[in-house]
Amino acid sequence: MTPILQAIDVRKQYANHTALDGVSLEVPEGSIFGLLGPNGAGKTSLIRIITQITGADSGEIRFRGEKLNPSHIGQIGYLPEERGLYKKMKVGEQLMYLAQLKGIGKEEARQKIKHWLERFDIKSWADKNIEDLSKGMQQKVQFIATVVHDPKLVILDEPFSGFDPINANLLKDEILAMRDRGASIIFSTHRMESVEEMCDYIALINRSRKVLDGPVRQVRDAYRTQTYEVEGKGHLMITHPDFEELEQSKRENEHFRVLVKLHAGATPNDLLRYLIGPGNVEVHAFRERVPSINEIFIRRVQETQPDYVPDTDSVLA
Amino acid sequence: MSKIWLIAQREYLTRVRKKSFIIMSLIGPLLTVALFAVPVLIAKMSDNDKVVAVADAGGLFADKLPDPKDDISFTRVSPDLATAKAEFKKSKYDALLFIPKLDISNPAGFQVFSRKGLGMSLENDINRAVNNAIESRRLQQAGINRAVLDNLKVNVDLQTVSLSDDGEKSSSTGISTVVAYTFGFLIYIFIFIYGVQIMRGVMEEKTNRIVEVVISSVKPFQLMMGKVLGIAGVGFTQLALWVILSMGISSVMAGSISPDKIAQDRAARTTAVMRPTTSKDEAAKKENVAAKFTQALKSADLNVPLLAGCFLFYFLGGYLFYGALFGAIGSAVDSETDTQQFMMPVTMPLVLTFVVSQAILTTNPNGTVAFWMSMFPLTSPIAMMMRLPFGGVPTWQLLLSMALLIAGFVGAIWIAGRIYRVGILMYGKKVTYGELSKWLFYKG
Repeated sequence: MTPILQAIDVRKQYANHTALDGVSLEVPEGSIFGLLGPNGAGKTSLIRIITQITGADSGEIRFRGEKLNPSHIGQIGYLPEERGLYKKMKVGEQLMYLAQLKGIGKEEARQKIKHWLERFDIKSWADKNIEDLSKGMQQKVQFIATVVHDPKLVILDEPFSGFDPINANLLKDEILAMRDRGASIIFSTHRMESVEEMCDYIALINRSRKVLDGPVRQVRDAYRTQTYEVEGKGHLMITHPDFEELEQSKRENEHFRVLVKLHAGATPNDLLRYLIGPGNVEVHAFRERVPSINEIFIRRVQETQPDYVPDTDSVLA
Repeated sequence: MSKIWLIAQREYLTRVRKKSFIIMSLIGPLLTVALFAVPVLIAKMSDNDKVVAVADAGGLFADKLPDPKDDISFTRVSPDLATAKAEFKKSKYDALLFIPKLDISNPAGFQVFSRKGLGMSLENDINRAVNNAIESRRLQQAGINRAVLDNLKVNVDLQTVSLSDDGEKSSSTGISTVVAYTFGFLIYIFIFIYGVQIMRGVMEEKTNRIVEVVISSVKPFQLMMGKVLGIAGVGFTQLALWVILSMGISSVMAGSISPDKIAQDRAARTTAVMRPTTSKDEAAKKENVAAKFTQALKSADLNVPLLAGCFLFYFLGGYLFYGALFGAIGSAVDSETDTQQFMMPVTMPLVLTFVVSQAILTTNPNGTVAFWMSMFPLTSPIAMMMRLPFGGVPTWQLLLSMALLIAGFVGAIWIAGRIYRVGILMYGKKVTYGELSKWLFYKG
């Protein structure tokens, strides 16, 4: 199946810095795609090219196999990081205006607006000015404005910043529902942990370059660390050469919680057998320590830049 | 194109529905009418006739009291000062003028009594009446008839005629000046009010952070053009409302407070008090003035269709030209205070034209300075419209000026579009001129 969006070797140069340096990626149809990376990595620059706010210096964007052109504007919905609404305009009129700018007819727009207002149970607001609404209410209207024209591709730049927790959950539910109806969604965020459980695919961008991409499961598998977390009771002393106890381990009286790394060839079952046999302890919990996207990102970047120090924003996980 | 239309529509409707627009539309004409009506009304209110009693001991006004003038009339009382004073106290006269026995070559000893002090104008009028009477006496003594002297006085009206290739044209400098100022002023005001509205509108979109939502649907250029055109519509609507309402209000009010009518009222009353002869003369004089004015308008022979056409062209052209520049300024800054440094160079030519116009444009409408100002697109909308009513602008100059304005407009829109495109997405950064010029050459 043709991907809904393809970026091929996209470059963008601003006066004194390179925003995108040969970025290529594919967003499969009907997926949730996470575009991840720290602030200033080039995410917003790429999105502005996809939404045709600016153009690329070189390279190409394809929308469903076609070279991106103004006819695609109506099929894309965009929630920018810098967002807002006309304060002195009524909710209904505002949505009507933005829907018409996307190129849909008045009658169709009216029905869609009605549908969304009913869905969010805010029909009574239609005649209120935006400035008379609370922040949370404005966020709902903002979201409707993004999707009112039934876009095939929805791009959300830092979607959860500025949304309160209730609206953020509403947003997540709506995004999943839209994906199930066949739309594709691009999340762009520097807070990777906020979206990783929703994403089917991810691309990691750092310093204008893509450093990693693929289906989330595949990425995680590639970065498995063979580390297991064990909780239990007893006095645990690991002496076997295949197993290495990591520093973060904790012991309290009889109880322990240790991280164990398996060396080449050893399997989790070997570890379990060792624990209940020679280890002579009671095992309460045993699980693989799966790296978060954030950890993967840091590792991946450190492979290429040994001096990399993650900024505080990106290590919240 | 349809998106520009949509944007223009929104800009238009949101502004026209604002309370401030409706209030301005109503207050504007009221102010205009008030500007003309208030002086008339004030004149009408303070219109109580003053009567001066004359105690003529010297016999200066023996054969004839001074003619009533404006709202002052004279009446004779006892020539004896003491009796006159007593009489004055009992009466309602406003002032008592005492004329002593006098030596006509060295008149002295005139006295004026009043209850509350005289007004400046009343004192002047009395003074003039006495002076006139003494002058007449002296003329008589010298053997000169007053009527003969009056006849000798000359007051010629110049009829100015402009001789051009198109033939002879009567022109009236006075009328032309009024028309020129009206045009110049309208264009000046319109550009300022609505140019600044464009700038504010752009800044509002920027500070509201809605601009990125909008330009993911339309090109920044479309957004800017839609805004410029929509606000132009608001301006035209306001102008049209003002013209229509002003005409409506003034025609309603004209019946009750027209200056002519007041003058007639006054003349009638004065006549009733004093003497019946002068009212006809005055009416005749009035008629004469009115006739002269209409004649002047006719003889000025303003080429009305040409002027109206050019006015619309320069009105719109100047607005679009400046509107684009104001839009660009709005996009480059974050707040009103930052606009100053960029406003100056844009508004200077506009203010300058208007100031200079008084000294140069209307006094020497076809001079070198006037020529260049009417060519340069930043100044031409006002300068050319102030030259045109005086006539004598060669066709080639007019066409060149229009062509330059169109070229200037296209250039300004291009520049503004480039600045706008970059500026609206630039937050929290103080922009310098150097940076602005770099923006012009950014790619897509």
